[in-house]
Amino acid sequence: MMAEFGLAALWLAAALAALQLLAGSLSLKAGEESGQLAALVRPLAIVQGVLTGLSFAALLVLFVNTDLSVKLVAMNSHSAKPFIYKLSGAWGNHEGSMLLWVTVMAGAGGLIALFERRLPEPTMLATLAAQAFVGLGFYAFLLFSSNPFERLPSPAPKGLGLNPLLQDIGLAFHPPTLYLGYVGLSIAFSFAVGALLTRQVTPDFARAMRPWVLGAWIFLTIGITAGSYWAYYELGWGGWWFWDPVENASLMPWLAATALLHSVSVLAARDALRTWTIMLGVAAFSMSMVGTFLVRSGILTSVHAFAVDPERGSFILVLLAIYIGGALTLFALRAGTIAEGERFAVLSREGALVFNNVMLTAILAIVLVGTLYPLVTEAMGVKVSVGPPYFNPVGAIFALPMLAVMAIGPLLRWRRESFAAIRLPVLVLGLVTVAVLAIVMASSSGIGLLPLAGLALGVSVAVASVLPLRGRKLRRMPLSVWGMVLAHMGIGVAICGMASESAFSVERLVAAKAGDTVEVGPWQVRLVAVEPVAGPNWTALEGRMQARYDDGEPIELAPQARAFWTPPQQTSEAALLTRWNGQLYAVIGEQVHGDASADAPRWQLRLWWKPFVTLIWYGGLLIALGGALALVGRVLTELRRHAALRRIAERRQEQGR
Amino acid sequence: MSGAIKPKHQRLVLALLAIAALIGAGLLAAWALRSQASYFYVPSDIAAAPPAPDQAVRLGGMVQAGSLKTLPDGVTVRFMVGDGKANVPVRYSGILPDLFVEGSGVVAEGRLAADGTFVADNLLAKHDENYVPRELKDMTDAQARATVAETGK
Amino acid sequence: MTRVKWTVWLPLAVFAGFVALVALQLFRPAGREVESAMIGKPVPAFTLPPASADRPGLSPADLRDGKPKLLNVWASWCIPCAAEAPQLAALQRQGADIVSVAVRDTPDDVARFLARYGNPYSRIGADDLSQVQLGIGSSGVPETFVIDGQGIIRYQHIGDIREPDVAMLLGKLREAAR
Repeated sequence: MMAEFGLAALWLAAALAALQLLAGSLSLKAGEESGQLAALVRPLAIVQGVLTGLSFAALLVLFVNTDLSVKLVAMNSHSAKPFIYKLSGAWGNHEGSMLLWVTVMAGAGGLIALFERRLPEPTMLATLAAQAFVGLGFYAFLLFSSNPFERLPSPAPKGLGLNPLLQDIGLAFHPPTLYLGYVGLSIAFSFAVGALLTRQVTPDFARAMRPWVLGAWIFLTIGITAGSYWAYYELGWGGWWFWDPVENASLMPWLAATALLHSVSVLAARDALRTWTIMLGVAAFSMSMVGTFLVRSGILTSVHAFAVDPERGSFILVLLAIYIGGALTLFALRAGTIAEGERFAVLSREGALVFNNVMLTAILAIVLVGTLYPLVTEAMGVKVSVGPPYFNPVGAIFALPMLAVMAIGPLLRWRRESFAAIRLPVLVLGLVTVAVLAIVMASSSGIGLLPLAGLALGVSVAVASVLPLRGRKLRRMPLSVWGMVLAHMGIGVAICGMASESAFSVERLVAAKAGDTVEVGPWQVRLVAVEPVAGPNWTALEGRMQARYDDGEPIELAPQARAFWTPPQQTSEAALLTRWNGQLYAVIGEQVHGDASADAPRWQLRLWWKPFVTLIWYGGLLIALGGALALVGRVLTELRRHAALRRIAERRQEQGR
Repeated sequence: MSGAIKPKHQRLVLALLAIAALIGAGLLAAWALRSQASYFYVPSDIAAAPPAPDQAVRLGGMVQAGSLKTLPDGVTVRFMVGDGKANVPVRYSGILPDLFVEGSGVVAEGRLAADGTFVADNLLAKHDENYVPRELKDMTDAQARATVAETGK
Repeated sequence: MTRVKWTVWLPLAVFAGFVALVALQLFRPAGREVESAMIGKPVPAFTLPPASADRPGLSPADLRDGKPKLLNVWASWCIPCAAEAPQLAALQRQGADIVSVAVRDTPDDVARFLARYGNPYSRIGADDLSQVQLGIGSSGVPETFVIDGQGIIRYQHIGDIREPDVAMLLGKLREAAR
């Protein structure tokens, strides 16, 4: 019953999307006399959002009840699984996550239909029509080729269970957060198309689009940060970013969205960068779609990729061709008619933002090329893999100048800045950079060029982020400026964390008996015992350790080598000890086989001391927090303005004007 | 700079600069990829045309049954990787990945040392029942022969 | 402003290149399906103990008795195997002789699966380490092979058997008899 209800809601939502598209485009054509048709569009979008929400809720109910007559539940769930993972099983697979995709798209469309009233109505209609158009393709994909509500001929006796790697609280919430961001960018796409269609690329348009982009960007930032932390502690390899195609698929929209965010601000404040803003609006969601295609088509080998057949991949490719191709064609046709924006000097805030937007786009291009390169070579019969040795240095070539400009940028005035005015801050930051370089090089040796540069620039950016506060009344500063300060500081902090982890990590790999002590950096770690333990759907060997920092109090640490039984899989549960200045990361492997020195069993232990690694994710959260503050600030300003305008209108009415 | 530049020139300059930067990025990427992308070898490729000793490459094949030995330090293992035509000795220090067993497929990332041993930094074993790394698709034939040879003993 | 005009078509051109590249890769036979390289070769030598109390195990001699057979690779923990059970039953009803290999399974689970979904097999071999499965070039479950009367592998069907595949497999069996 529930499955049929969910499917019906989905069909209905798709039908409404078709209607929304029809009504929107017809009323655009009809222009002034469109009244009735136009009035339909917003309600259609809202109801569409509600219906997809209901459909997704139905899927959640099916998973929570472990309804094994539904194929998706049987393949991805198990009655013995803890509740929260039953829930997250709903989106931890291809069909479920596609349903989440359309739910977020329709939800976002519904929200702008409900709340966005600052744009001329034709632009809103065009935007909602575009949103419906894109939605239709994905509805079709779901309904015709990835039906989440498909039933089995007869119910399965027990579920196949979720991949145990996904049975984790971090990963339970990572997809929804990521999708709110990833798919939320579809609004920016629709706004860009809407503005192009109705030739409304104006500061008002930018001001309307900005909070929506901010909202999506905040979720995307959190999603990527959470995903990185999850990979770090769940995979047990000690790394936090692997340049895996799935990771790149989330990073590329983020890079485009960050550039878009700044571009939109320039357009709103100075009526410049019109073409660039539209281009980025299209690019951001295009990257989301390309990313999801790469991950689901099976075209790239990735340990995270969903198992989907090439047939579905072709479906998405066709959708991509229509949507991105269509948007880019529209852009090419209309770009010439976008009027020239205001001018600005090279040394100005606009100039700095343009420079950094180009840098961000360059990094985006580098990540995209690196991700696709294996495809290119395979077409020529050669198999390669592309990893950190490519992404890190080549990305850094553009990232480092970008960081430098980001430090100074917020201090520049709009339109034109004189070098004399910023001479002092530049000097200060230069000194900070050199000082950090000197201190680090003096106190440790053998640090690579990249981590060194990262440390210096990270500190610089963090310091520079508070410089705009100089000489301003802190209490009267708009929230959005606080937001900028925090977000930029977050970048500096995160870069420091990344560089520190690269430069200062210490690793030990040993075979230890119970009672042995291993030294890792400032820690002394003693293996007390290795014992079997069991959980709801797993058994494990747990290594009980006691770790002492510089001969301090011993702290318990218990990494596990875990074995799940449906499906049969083994995972490594790392144990982490967090201090203010870093993390101790412990992993236990197997018992050493065929041991010559066999007086007691030996166990493989891998231990890391990673100084300041947590800064990476605190930095990421700080960035998101900065974004949230900026969003709240802007929304409050809007509301106040709206209230003030209303009061003025009321007063005018009272006075009979 | 500035005040004297006409708006349409500025737009042009900006567009050209952006394109130049992006083309530059593209060229840089292409050049870096040639040198930094990690090529995939099977044991017979290594026997026929070994990579340079310091080059980061990947080696894929089947772990030969009976070849897995743990060294006295307890964390280093040696094993043979074969594809039915040639075998390559591999040395790896670390915790073996889950699902790493003799007779199963493995992809090792590392470099070929001067003495012909492949020193692996990272091992990727078969991930789940229905997932075979695309690179190992061609293994099936040779590996089948190897399995046949094993069971025939 | 002709000089800027052509540049606005660049993004579309780049995207078109991407689509072309990707489409090329998608439509190559190189998919996630791993085709057996054993087609046309004899089934390798092995002997499997019975996986179920009321069916015998499997050995090469059973496959060389002059009659073509279907060899189904399955497991009780494989959901699509449950989905293809009706099709296997249909095949058996229409005269196909189906032998099978149960991979990485336990006797209890095998018995439960057969009790629930029916037992169309004349023989079931227990392949606890997937050795035979890999030996005939299968890389996942379910897969079904057509083996001719001399024990040569003639055809591989990857994935669960859907309704239209029933007639196709019967046709392959007839071909193998010639």
